[in-house]
Amino acid sequence: MILIGELSLWVALLMAAWAGVTSFAGGSLGRDDLITSGRRGIYATCAMVVLASLGLWTALLTHDFSLKYVASNTSANMPKVYIFSAFWGGQAGSMLFWSLILSCFSAIAIWSVRDKARDMAPWAAGTLAMILLFFIATVCFKANPYDRLSFVPADGRGMNPQLQNPGMAIHPPNLYLGYVATAIPFSFAIAALISRKLDAEWLSIVRRWSLLSWFFLTIGITLGMWWAYVELGWSGYWAWDPVENASLLPWLTGTAFLHSIMIQEKRGMLRKWNVVLVVTTFLLAIFGTFITRSGIIESVHSFAQSPVGTWFASFFFLSTGVTIYFVATRLKDLEAKAELESMVSREAAFLYNNLVLVGIAFSVLWGTLFPILSEWVRGSKITVGPPFFNTVNVPLGLLLLALTGVGPLIAWRKASTSNLKRQFAVPVALGLAVGALLLVLGMRDVYALVAYTLAGFVAATIGQEFYKGIGARRSIHGEAIPVAVVRLVARNRRRYGGYIVHAGIVVLFSAFAGLAFKKDHDIQLKGGQSTELVDPLGHRWRFVSQGTSTSESLNRFVTAVGLEVTRDGVPQGIITSEKRQYMDSNKNPLFEPSTEVGIRTSAKMDLYVVLAGVRDETAELRISFNPLVVWVWIGGMIMAIGGLIVMWPQAERRRAPSGYVATLEPAKRELAVTP
Amino acid sequence: MTSARTKFLIGGVLVLGTAGYLMATSIKETGMYYLTPTELSTKLDADPGFRTAGVKIGARVVPGSIQRIPGGKEYAFRVTDGAKVVPVVYRGIAPDTFTDGVDVVVEGRMGADGTFQATTLLAKCASRYENAPGQGDDKYKQTPGYKAGTRA
Repeated sequence: MILIGELSLWVALLMAAWAGVTSFAGGSLGRDDLITSGRRGIYATCAMVVLASLGLWTALLTHDFSLKYVASNTSANMPKVYIFSAFWGGQAGSMLFWSLILSCFSAIAIWSVRDKARDMAPWAAGTLAMILLFFIATVCFKANPYDRLSFVPADGRGMNPQLQNPGMAIHPPNLYLGYVATAIPFSFAIAALISRKLDAEWLSIVRRWSLLSWFFLTIGITLGMWWAYVELGWSGYWAWDPVENASLLPWLTGTAFLHSIMIQEKRGMLRKWNVVLVVTTFLLAIFGTFITRSGIIESVHSFAQSPVGTWFASFFFLSTGVTIYFVATRLKDLEAKAELESMVSREAAFLYNNLVLVGIAFSVLWGTLFPILSEWVRGSKITVGPPFFNTVNVPLGLLLLALTGVGPLIAWRKASTSNLKRQFAVPVALGLAVGALLLVLGMRDVYALVAYTLAGFVAATIGQEFYKGIGARRSIHGEAIPVAVVRLVARNRRRYGGYIVHAGIVVLFSAFAGLAFKKDHDIQLKGGQSTELVDPLGHRWRFVSQGTSTSESLNRFVTAVGLEVTRDGVPQGIITSEKRQYMDSNKNPLFEPSTEVGIRTSAKMDLYVVLAGVRDETAELRISFNPLVVWVWIGGMIMAIGGLIVMWPQAERRRAPSGYVATLEPAKRELAVTP
Repeated sequence: MTSARTKFLIGGVLVLGTAGYLMATSIKETGMYYLTPTELSTKLDADPGFRTAGVKIGARVVPGSIQRIPGGKEYAFRVTDGAKVVPVVYRGIAPDTFTDGVDVVVEGRMGADGTFQATTLLAKCASRYENAPGQGDDKYKQTPGYKAGTRA
């Protein structure tokens, strides 16, 4: 199986080249036989990459340490699940994983348009084949997981303990799924530019895949934050590290696209802009992979520096060049079919939403690249850290939050005064009430106050929409409330799914604002000693050290400390934090020691205990009170669920009669629901 | 028609202008030079006033130089880029990866006595995810299970 896998990889390379050549030739000559052959080439590439992947999984699970990849990333005593996830844990394997997802997505996308989009499909297939060719070639020549060692080690080096975490087993695949899915809209954008067919059919394909990408990126980023929080022991979840920024960039432009596409659907505007956003999202995904892998930017969690960097850079510049050429030569086909009529309209709100999202993306990109840019321009490397990103993005983020409330409610084209009053009077009042209440309760942080006021406003707009929608269903169909809720969402998936995503955003921003009240304490405790701390909500916490202990299990040596916790005199049980030293089958230490954080989660606040080290039986601890952190994960999950609802295909019978006029449907419903 | 467009553009320029202004000022205020010990010493020779500026130093910990100052959470150690050596004092919790010979990034200010007063300490480690290329095979030879001469 391993040999079959290795050979399949090379066959896949040939297949991808074949698919590319025949698709492009078929497209330009208009020959159906070549187009069909190209399509089959994509399927064949997919099958071969699947075989190559199965081969690597076989090698990993059978501990074939003659493969360098298996020996460097696993050891015989590791739990099976992490051996399985080691597939994407290292450089070479993760590149193969990219190719695997890309080939599967390509096959699905090309299969789904086999009978339609005749002018576009061959070009899209050709573009996808080229991207596949690049990735498979990178795997074959620069990062081959089938590379063999000149000897067979008795055991492998094992996996970094920080990666031995359930979050890490599923975070990268989600992120990769999100990254890779951007290739489909990109290919169809290039195809549409080449064939000059930027029509509704194009929009529908591109929108579906962009949503899929957005969905996986949202899950991937949330899981990444969760992993960083529970595993890395620095009591935060976002550090504006280049690798984190790299995952955020395509998410931002993808989000912008999913909004601006609505303006193109309804009003025929922003055609150029949308193409640019689709393409930029893909290029940022490639760029993100590039800076993660090349080591060009100092990052705490970069992969080892490696030769794939130059390949990625070339691919990035080539794709950018091709795109610029096609957009520039097709500007006439991209003329808008309508103009902005009023500043007080949904179009304007969406335009500002796009402006802010792209502004945030630009500032994040700028801050990430600043060390390189400053070195080029001024000869000395200047780095910017979290203060930069926060100063710029907190105000922009708050503006975005405000627009989240305004956009969905304001009328298209030109909002009348009565529309504004009807839609916004209650939410504005509620938002202000939330702000005033918090001010009275003693909250003094300006940004937090603004954030919660806006959160209240947006939550109220969403609540109001559901209230009206449910009310309408109840009076028209006489349904009970739960039935009405389900049907309301099910019959208007895009609209109400979108509101659910927005609700997730509200939850997320509320959680972010909680960071303003975070408190850290560094303390030292011997067994029996105690300390008292006051949390941001004014509770008094008492920690009594139970002393430190050491133990050995499966593949690690553990030093632990237990703290008996009481809050305002009420016992809260014992919280433990560990320092772990992993070792191989021969009990040799592997990697540096890692931290197992003690976390006690509640809706209001996390108690976060890190054992930094033990010296002369004294435990050195960092105890943090992290307000509202759990809502970050909940907010992310709500967004993902909302995304899923939006994506879920509407039953065919509802769409069939109207052909592809479906884009107009939500507008009609809107009139029915908001009388 | 055009007036809505103009108004939108004015609003857009305001938003982006503010963002640009925030970016420029915060880079000026929080941007930090990222230097090697050699570059730092060149800068200090050229302009002694540079001492007050916050900088980041990227260098390697001199093996055996790490000292814990008794009773406190203070570390004293030396870092080097091979040419120049800078003594560093850091107060706080050191990361797990902070040991002899690792690459670290320290952030802080040069003290009057020539000791770098660090406020943050980041330790980097090539094996965070996997070996740097080129050193892989040698590492296996250090593992006891490795038998010289065994061939695949």
